[in-house]
Amino acid sequence: MESSALHSRAVGSSRVSACLRRTSSRALAASLLLPGAAAAEYKFNFPEPVTPIARETLHIHNEFMLIITILFVVVFAIMIYSMIKHRKSVGHAPSQFSGPSGAMQWFWALIPFAILLFIDFVLMGIPAVQAIISMEDTKTRADMVLKVTGMQWKWQYEYPEAGIKFISTMSTPRAQIANAEAKGEHYLLEVDKPVVLPVGKKVRILLTSTDVIHTWWVPQFGVKRDAIPGFLRETWVLIEKPGIYRGQCAELCGKDHGFMPVVVHAVPEPEYLAWVEQQKAEAVATAGSADRAWSSEELIAEGKAVYNKVCVACHQDQGQGVPPVFPALAGSKIVAGPLLDMNGRIIPDSHVDRVFNGKAGTAMQAFRETLSDVELAAVITYERNSFGNKVGDMIQPAQIKALRQEAK
Amino acid sequence: MNTATTANGHPAPHGAGHYGGVLRWLTTTNHKDIGTMYLTFSLLMFFVGGSMILAVRAELFSPGLQLMQPEFFNQLVGVHALVMIFAALMPAATGFANWMLPLMIGAPDMALPRLNNWGFWLLPPAALLLTLPFFLALFGIGDGALATGWTFYAPLSVQGGMGVDFAILAVHIFGISSIMGSINVIVTIFNMRAPGMTLMKMPLFAWGWLITAFLLLATLPVLAGAVTMLLTDRHFGTQFFDAAGGGDPILFQHLFWFFGHPEVYILLLPVWGLMPHVLATFSRKPAYGYKAQVYSFIAIGVLSLVVWAHHFFTAGLPVPALIYFMFSTMAISIPLAVLFFCWIATMWKGAMTFETPMLFAVGFIVLFGIAGLTGLILADVAADAQYHHSYFVVAHFHYALFTGGIMGVMTGVYYWLPKWTGHMYSEKLGKLHFWLTVFSFNLTFMPQFFLGLAGMPRRIPDYALQFAEFNAISSVGAMILGVSQLLFAWNIWSCIRGGEKAEARVWEGADGLEWELPSPPPHHSWETQPVIK
Repeated sequence: MESSALHSRAVGSSRVSACLRRTSSRALAASLLLPGAAAAEYKFNFPEPVTPIARETLHIHNEFMLIITILFVVVFAIMIYSMIKHRKSVGHAPSQFSGPSGAMQWFWALIPFAILLFIDFVLMGIPAVQAIISMEDTKTRADMVLKVTGMQWKWQYEYPEAGIKFISTMSTPRAQIANAEAKGEHYLLEVDKPVVLPVGKKVRILLTSTDVIHTWWVPQFGVKRDAIPGFLRETWVLIEKPGIYRGQCAELCGKDHGFMPVVVHAVPEPEYLAWVEQQKAEAVATAGSADRAWSSEELIAEGKAVYNKVCVACHQDQGQGVPPVFPALAGSKIVAGPLLDMNGRIIPDSHVDRVFNGKAGTAMQAFRETLSDVELAAVITYERNSFGNKVGDMIQPAQIKALRQEAK
Repeated sequence: MNTATTANGHPAPHGAGHYGGVLRWLTTTNHKDIGTMYLTFSLLMFFVGGSMILAVRAELFSPGLQLMQPEFFNQLVGVHALVMIFAALMPAATGFANWMLPLMIGAPDMALPRLNNWGFWLLPPAALLLTLPFFLALFGIGDGALATGWTFYAPLSVQGGMGVDFAILAVHIFGISSIMGSINVIVTIFNMRAPGMTLMKMPLFAWGWLITAFLLLATLPVLAGAVTMLLTDRHFGTQFFDAAGGGDPILFQHLFWFFGHPEVYILLLPVWGLMPHVLATFSRKPAYGYKAQVYSFIAIGVLSLVVWAHHFFTAGLPVPALIYFMFSTMAISIPLAVLFFCWIATMWKGAMTFETPMLFAVGFIVLFGIAGLTGLILADVAADAQYHHSYFVVAHFHYALFTGGIMGVMTGVYYWLPKWTGHMYSEKLGKLHFWLTVFSFNLTFMPQFFLGLAGMPRRIPDYALQFAEFNAISSVGAMILGVSQLLFAWNIWSCIRGGEKAEARVWEGADGLEWELPSPPPHHSWETQPVIK
């Protein structure tokens, strides 16, 4: 009942804002007088909310802004009145009181604090507690689970029920960032593979990280939650309107913190189910391809694509790295070392070991769980035969698959 | 200065000490000399930290990367904050305490003069350690300064380069210096007040500083512990903040903000202590609600120790913790509102004049009011999910620490400068400085509230096109704000060099022991303590 009351109140407020929008587009004369206010309708406030939480947050925010604006105006109106009336230059003689005297003065001195207590713990406090409880209730009637893993500097999305898993990285070309090309409409807020969610379903989102703390934030969802390495955190969204929603990482996570966007496609359920089927078919095809023998050209071509998506941010496009933090792969002793030992097992601190297990205490993460057999084989083969490295050998997806099983 | 001594072997009242030149300053144990050094150091570091952030604002003037790479951007952002907090604001407050506490409570000097000297001389090496990695990187050594933001969040700081180690050691040394300063303030206030000056007759500035000193003693060791744990995680194989070894990255945030939140009040309490003096002076009326203000200082000090987790509401705390930290944070609004009430009531029915210190005090009240009110809504967990990690928070805490902290310090500087130098500063320049500062400060930070609401995260070197206009305005504001501060430095410099002679009671309405002494006060003052009735 409580939530339906909140719902209708929020719908009411969105109706009001829709009405305001219509009025503002009609009143051209007014918009000439106030160019900023009319042209950018949400610029001075949160973007249009599309989840129950975002609507509630916007509502609470608007209410609080009103309260603090009134407090500000009232308090400083009193002060400014005093500054005008009680000046030496207008001949005001100073009083000498230094505290309240008499019951009446005490009463008037205490009134503001009674009002403030009421504002803090009733007017603001009660809706806030309700909002917290609904915000943290991730489990009740959740329709599906989305697992979000932050990693420097990309997001991995996993649909455990459907068995889908992929990495989403920023697709804005580096040339645009370097001002060498004109910037696109969604500059810095576009990805190669957006996460797709059905509208009208409660999605329980589990968050974690493989390296440092990241924060998953989509302003229109009203949801911001830290992804903490080694722990699971959770939140939820129920998107009410199909569309493309953009956000970005909100916790400083290293050099490419600013280049880690979140893009969510919210689609009607049938469309979502079709997408899931298509993803599953692709996954099956990829898994099957791990069993066949790949040529080194195929692996290198695939590896280049993987490298440019996953590795390039640190090791750079020519494998030169950014020493000393991000070591060069070009001419690297580790890359030039032997692939596997004589029994076909991983050699500690070898190239395969680094890619598989990462290096503790550095930005080099373990890619064993995040990349597929084909991707791992391809990227390792690519690195060994590019940037002037001429090891000349290759590793097959089937070998990776075997190594994986051995590790288990 | 000369080194003449009196017959009994003590330095002459107007002598500078036993040595001349540089050695005088290295060896001085005089509270006025040390206060001057603290304030000079603070002003210098204010410009150092300011230049860093001007470079950042220049980069953020338009979308795309123009001037620097993200690595360097991250270094500037983090070191700017550490410099401003540890090397500009905290030393300014300690400088005030050194210069003014003995004069105001009728003590001949600080209680522990040698400790005092050491406390100051730890600062330059600490500042050097903090900024050295920038210069080392120029010579190809290391990868630059701390790039984790001033909060050192693990595991990013575990991963970081040697700049993190330099910053950890710098924070240790800054911390030791602050603890020494705090011990000195506490001992001085408890033991050296003029006969008859009970604690409840003590100037409010002394009360504000007393609470600050206790907060520093309570929280700095926790920070020192946290960064030491970080250091051992980085180099000695411990795993305090690594889940793989049973640690927890959020533990670092708890420890850091157990220091970090009281730190806000550490920076603000000396200013809150100063405000009633300035307001009373220029309203020609006694400060309103002395006791209420003292109790509010104490209440805020205590509350500040139990609200730290509101700095990481998005980290996924349990519901009861969220509700507790929300309500305890909101509770701070009550004693803070008492202070606002007392400040305005002090002005009420006075006979006000608006010299530069009064302008800064009024500007402080209004703009710090914005910080307080936005702080109140930030305490709300649900709305905080939107504000947190965004430019809204950046704007909020600059209203708290620039208009609350730095403009508060400027109030004190203009108020006491004639006392320190014996000359009047230029009122015209002072007023120009005030208006330029207020205008450009708001031009810089008001748009940042809107940027945060629109969804721009903090600490990003480049941003989406929808944020371009507000960022451009903010950058222009920051440049004006930065350049305006040169007026401040110039005004201080000219005031030291000369100007109209200041009387003992510099301001018509000034009241207190410090105004009984000539301006400037003799090198050794209150050798015979005054008696308070």
